[in-house]
Amino acid sequence: MSASDRLLTDAELKGTNLEGLHARPLRARRLLTVYVYEAPVRLWHWVTAASIVVLAVTGYLIGSPPPSLSGEASSHYQMGWIRYLHFAAAWIFSVGFVGRVIWAFMGNIYSREIFFLPLWKKEYWKDLLDEMLVYAFIKKQAKTVVGHNALARTALFFCFTLTGLFMIVTGFALYSDGTGIDSWEGRVFGWIMPWQGGDLSTHFLHHWGMWVIVLFVMIHVYTVSREDIMSRQTLISAMTNGYRNFRDDRPD
Amino acid sequence: MAVLETFYDVMRRQGISRRSFVKYCSLTAAALGLGPEFVPQIAEAMETKPRTPVLWLHGLECTCCSESFIRAAHPLVKDVILSMISLDYDDTLMASAGHQAEAILDEVMEKYHGNYILAVEGNPPLNEDGMYCIIGGKPFVDQLRRVASGAKAVISWGSCASYGCVQAARPNPTQATPVHKVILDKPIIKVPGCPPIAEVMTGVITYMQTFDRLPELDRQGRPKMFYSQRIHDKCYRRPHFDAGQYVEAFDDEGARKGYCLYKVGCKGPTTYNACSTVRWNDGVSFPIQSGHGCIGCSEDGFWDKGSWYARLQDVSGFGIEASADKVGMAAAGVVGAGLAAHAAVSALTRARYKGDDV
Ligand code: HEM
Ligand code: HEM
Ligand code: SF4
Ligand code: SF4
Repeated sequence: MSASDRLLTDAELKGTNLEGLHARPLRARRLLTVYVYEAPVRLWHWVTAASIVVLAVTGYLIGSPPPSLSGEASSHYQMGWIRYLHFAAAWIFSVGFVGRVIWAFMGNIYSREIFFLPLWKKEYWKDLLDEMLVYAFIKKQAKTVVGHNALARTALFFCFTLTGLFMIVTGFALYSDGTGIDSWEGRVFGWIMPWQGGDLSTHFLHHWGMWVIVLFVMIHVYTVSREDIMSRQTLISAMTNGYRNFRDDRPD
Repeated sequence: MAVLETFYDVMRRQGISRRSFVKYCSLTAAALGLGPEFVPQIAEAMETKPRTPVLWLHGLECTCCSESFIRAAHPLVKDVILSMISLDYDDTLMASAGHQAEAILDEVMEKYHGNYILAVEGNPPLNEDGMYCIIGGKPFVDQLRRVASGAKAVISWGSCASYGCVQAARPNPTQATPVHKVILDKPIIKVPGCPPIAEVMTGVITYMQTFDRLPELDRQGRPKMFYSQRIHDKCYRRPHFDAGQYVEAFDDEGARKGYCLYKVGCKGPTTYNACSTVRWNDGVSFPIQSGHGCIGCSEDGFWDKGSWYARLQDVSGFGIEASADKVGMAAAGVVGAGLAAHAAVSALTRARYKGDDV
C-alpha cells in the first residue's frame, strides 16, 4: 500500500464535510477521480446500447418471423412494424455512429480509443497480455487505466467499431432494395451486394454480424460489471456521470 | 440475305399489315415504359433504319432461354424479332447447318463488322482449354472471342451467360465462366433469369434495334427497365408479408389462403426480375402465384446459396450443417456458461482476498 492511499485518521477529517465522523469504520481515504467520458460519449453510449437491443431483436424477427397471424391482411401490420422499428433504430444507430466519429476529433484523447489500436506500441501488447493473465486468474490485478484497458479496447475495436460499421454498410445496402437502386442508399452502398456475391449473401453476412454483436454485448456487460467490482477503478458510474474513481493510487 | 432492309421491310415481307405494325410500335413503347409520344419515333426508326443483324451463339446451356424466347407472348413481337434474328445466325433455330451455317456466321461478321449485335446464350467453360464445349470442331470460347471482336455490343442471355448458372455451381468442374469475364472490351447487357422472361428478351432487343443504343443499365449491367425492382416489391402477396401472415408448410391453411411464402424460402426479397409484373406465358402466372416461392433464378450464384426452401444459407463445418441462428444461439449458450463460470471463480478469488482491503 502506498503512502497516499493510506486510511485517514479522525484528525484528518477535520475541516471537511465529514468532520465529526470516525474515519476508521468509513475506511476514509483520499483518492483521485478523473473526468474521462464526456457527456456526448455517455449519451451516445446509452442511446447506442438501446438501439442495438432494438436492432438485434427486430433483426432476429426479420430473419425468423413470429407465428403466422390469421384474419384479414389489412387488419395487421406486424412485419411492417418490425421492419419499421429496425429501420428507425438503424437510423439512430447510424447517425449516432457518425456523430461519435466526429466527436473523436473534438473530444478528449479517450474519445479516440475505440477507433484505432496502438499496435506499434510495446506497452499496448504488454497491457493486453497483463489483462489476459488477470482474466485467466494468473495475475491478481492489472494496472489502472484512465480510458479503456488494452483488452477492452481491442474487443471494442473489433467487435463494436468494425462490426458496427459493417452492419451500417451492409444494412444500408439492404435498405436500398426498398428505396431503389437510384436512391442515395443505392448509389452509395448498392455496390456492396454484388461485391459480396449477391443480395442473399449480404443478408447472410448482415445476419451473422448480429451474432458477433450479441456475443460482444454479453461479454461487455459481464466484464464491465466485473471490473466495476473487482478492478482498481470504477466503470459503470464512469459511463453514467463521466467520472472515474480509482480505488488506490499506487503507481503501477 | 444481308440486304440492308429496314424492320418495316422485314415486317411487310412477313405479311404484317400497316395497322398491326403501328400497334406493335405502341405495344413496344408501353413495354419499355415509354410514353405515347415515343410511338411515332419508334415507327419512324423502324421504317427508315437498316436493321441491325443479330448473331446468336450457344455455349454451355440448356437452351431454356431460346425456349422462352420463341414463346414471346405477342405473336407479332415473336414473328418480327425472330425473323430479324434467325435470318442471320442462330444454330438452334436457323434452317442451315454444318459448314453452311458457319459460312453465314463468317459472312455476317465480315459484312457488318462493328455493327452487329452478339447475343450469347450459355457460357464458355475454360478448363482444359475450353474442350468441354465444342462448336464446329473448335472450343466455344474461341468462337465467342472471335465473334465478339467485331460486335457492337454483347447481350448475355440468361443466368448462364450473365453469372454462370448451374454449370458454374460449386465445384464447377469445367470452369464455366460468365461472358463478361471473358469478353472484356465490349459493352455487355446482362439479361439474367433461368430463363429470362420472353417479353424482357424481346423488349431488350427491340429497344436496341429501335433506338440504336443500349438500354440504360444498372451497376451490374442489367437493363433498368426490367431489373430495377425485386419480385418482392411488386408481389401480389406482399400485403400478407407486411401483415405477418405466412405459409409455414406447403399443406397448411396459410398455403390454401395464399399467404406470403417467405418462411418456406421465397427469394423474392432478394431477387431482381420482372416476374411479378410481366409474369410468364402471356401473363398467365408466375411461380409465387402458383404457390411456390421464387428461387431467385436471376441472381448471381443462386444454385450455391442454400436450399430453395430456407431463407438463408446454412453454414457447414465440423461435419454439421446448421443455420446462422442455431450456431449463434449455441455460441451464446457457451459464452453465457463461460461467463457464469468465470463470475463464480472471480467471486471465490475475491472472497479469499477480502482481508487485503483493496
Ligand atoms: C448493446 C449494448 C451495448 C453496447 C453496444 C455498448 C458499447 C460500448 C462501447 C462502444 C463502449 C466504448 C465507449 C467509448 O469509448 O466511446 C462502451 C463502454 C462502456 N460500456 Fe457499453 N455497451 C452496451 C451496453 C452496456 C451496458 C448494459 C453497460 C452497463 C452495465 C455498459 C457499460 C459500459 C461501460 C462501463 C463502459 C466503459 C468501459 C470502460 O471504461 O472501459 N455498456 N460500451
Ligand atoms: C448492429 C446493428 C444491426 C443488427 C444487429 C441488425 C440485424 C439484422 C438482422 C438479424 C437482419 C435479418 C437478416 C436476414 O435474416 O435476412 C437484418 C435485416 C436488415 N437490416 Fe439490420 N441490423 C443492424 C443494423 C442495420 C442498419 C444500420 C441498417 C441500415 C439501414 C439495417 C438494415 C437492415 C435491412 C434493410 C434489413 C433487411 C430487411 C428485410 O429483408 O426486410 N440494419 N438486420
Ligand atoms: S411471396 Fe415472396 S415475393 Fe411475395 S411477398 Fe412473400 S416473400 Fe415477398
Ligand atoms: S419468380 Fe424468381 S425463380 Fe421464378 S422465374 Fe422469376 S426470378 Fe426466377
